[in-house]
Amino acid sequence: MHNHVLQELKKTASNFPDKAAFCGEKSELTFRELDHAVDRIGTYILSCGIKKSPIVVYMEKSPEEVATFFGVIRAGSYYVPIDAEMPSGRIHLILENVKAPLLICDEDTAAKAADLGFTGKIVKYSEILSDETIDEAALTEVYNSSIDTDPLYIVFTSGSTGVPKGVVGCHRAVNDYIDQLSEVLGFSSETVFGNQTPLYLDACFKELFPTIRFGATTYFVPKALFMQPLKLVQFLNEHKINTVCWVVSALTIISKFNTFKTEIPKYLRTIAFGSEVFPIKQFRMWREALPEATFTNLYGPTEGTGMCCYYRVNRAFEDGEAIPIGRPFDNTDIILLDEDDHEVTKESGEQGEICIRGTSLTLGYMNNPEKTSEAFTRNPLQTGWPELIYRTGDIGRYNERGELMFVSRKDFQIKHMGHRIELGEIEVNAQMIDGITGAACIYDKAKDKIVLFYSGDKEEDAMKVLLKDSLPRYMVPNVTKKLDAIPLTSNGKTDRVTLAKSLE
Amino acid sequence: MDELIDILKEIHPDVDYATATNLVDGKILDSFDIISLVSEIADKFDVVVSAEHMIPENFNSAQAIWDLIQKLEDEE
Repeated sequence: MHNHVLQELKKTASNFPDKAAFCGEKSELTFRELDHAVDRIGTYILSCGIKKSPIVVYMEKSPEEVATFFGVIRAGSYYVPIDAEMPSGRIHLILENVKAPLLICDEDTAAKAADLGFTGKIVKYSEILSDETIDEAALTEVYNSSIDTDPLYIVFTSGSTGVPKGVVGCHRAVNDYIDQLSEVLGFSSETVFGNQTPLYLDACFKELFPTIRFGATTYFVPKALFMQPLKLVQFLNEHKINTVCWVVSALTIISKFNTFKTEIPKYLRTIAFGSEVFPIKQFRMWREALPEATFTNLYGPTEGTGMCCYYRVNRAFEDGEAIPIGRPFDNTDIILLDEDDHEVTKESGEQGEICIRGTSLTLGYMNNPEKTSEAFTRNPLQTGWPELIYRTGDIGRYNERGELMFVSRKDFQIKHMGHRIELGEIEVNAQMIDGITGAACIYDKAKDKIVLFYSGDKEEDAMKVLLKDSLPRYMVPNVTKKLDAIPLTSNGKTDRVTLAKSLE
Repeated sequence: MDELIDILKEIHPDVDYATATNLVDGKILDSFDIISLVSEIADKFDVVVSAEHMIPENFNSAQAIWDLIQKLEDEE
């Protein structure tokens, strides 16, 4: 039984004290060092008199950042990760939302952190670690009084109103996720992860928590290697990486350029992917290159804590076919609901909104009751007591094999380069620019491009540059098109059909 | 060369590609920019870019990218 996500850390640190836990470009931490750093950061936070509070972590992706996340959790608080490359406008919205008493930064982000107008205390990781004191009694007291529905993180995802939404996650859901995922993918102390996903989302839980639970090792793959397929494979081989959980676009960077002809990531045995459709041609190249490896498609929204469905590939796929999202993890239930909230049965093959039921649900959106009550609702199929489901906004159906398939989105949320983006957030940010009178955003699926149509007095190039100030890099439109006016339908809504047609 | 500059300008309109020589090393182009750039180049110039060409040196300046395209065209 796991009640706390750090439950195994002490044991792992005594079983594998000198084994590398997390390895970054500049530094690495063994389990003993990690455990010490976690206790030290926990002690520091408690010594500031901070309890059960959001704590902002604004650091470069590094083993030290992971230690800081865990240190915050050790102190019974919850971490709010901010990407070092996030534009300041977005950081402000997040800081305003969480109202944290403390921000932990590192040497690289210290100058930027000082300029954020943050009203709480700012401290550097190195300052905290320069003291060795560990208050065992205080840490034990916090640990013993924590329960598994307490939060441990808030991660922010794109919000259609222009304000990112902070998803609050708890111990119980993370533990359940790691239980199920580890079972499905077969993690152990032999596992060597090559992490690709950023630390400011929940995608990295696949590596972070199993690493401390099993005494595995995680290498952070340097970002720069994701444009150098040969070097990337050499990196995987050099560190004997056997497990990767990557977004599809990161895997296809290797297969696209005929890399396998020169170099095979020969230690890889477990390959999990998700967040996007895997083009079958590319997928086949992977399977041919690594016939011994297992390939698992993972599906799940941040609101359902990491992933909630999986499909272990066990048959060949035709070109143009989609890989199923399969079935829910054990201890999670998926129900499909039609527009009238009636259940869509498996056998019918009809489409319905994918809704999640079970322990894996997160606690909701931070300081956002409106959005929370829209997405986390009572289960309409069961009226006897208040049971929550999360409505993903994804449309799914079961195929003739009884496997769950992703069909489309209900709204204007897209997946672009592995990132979840609300087109509405781009539109709102465009409309906030002086002199802009209208904006509509379309995703050009065929070309994999975000296209922003707008009206106003800014030139197309200037528009992109201006949006870089408020949007993260992956959300900046690839194409900006100036129109005299945004076309409207007869009932006054943006005419997306006409706009989409203009791209053909 | 103008065609290439157009492609580059579409990715980042605010970069002076005539003088920039650290497009990759200076993190002006990230890995996803490079990947979409390469697929545009492949389309427009009808060349095949392989793994061994995917190194920062070939993408640090517009001139370097142009030289790569020339080289790939010659190879065909």
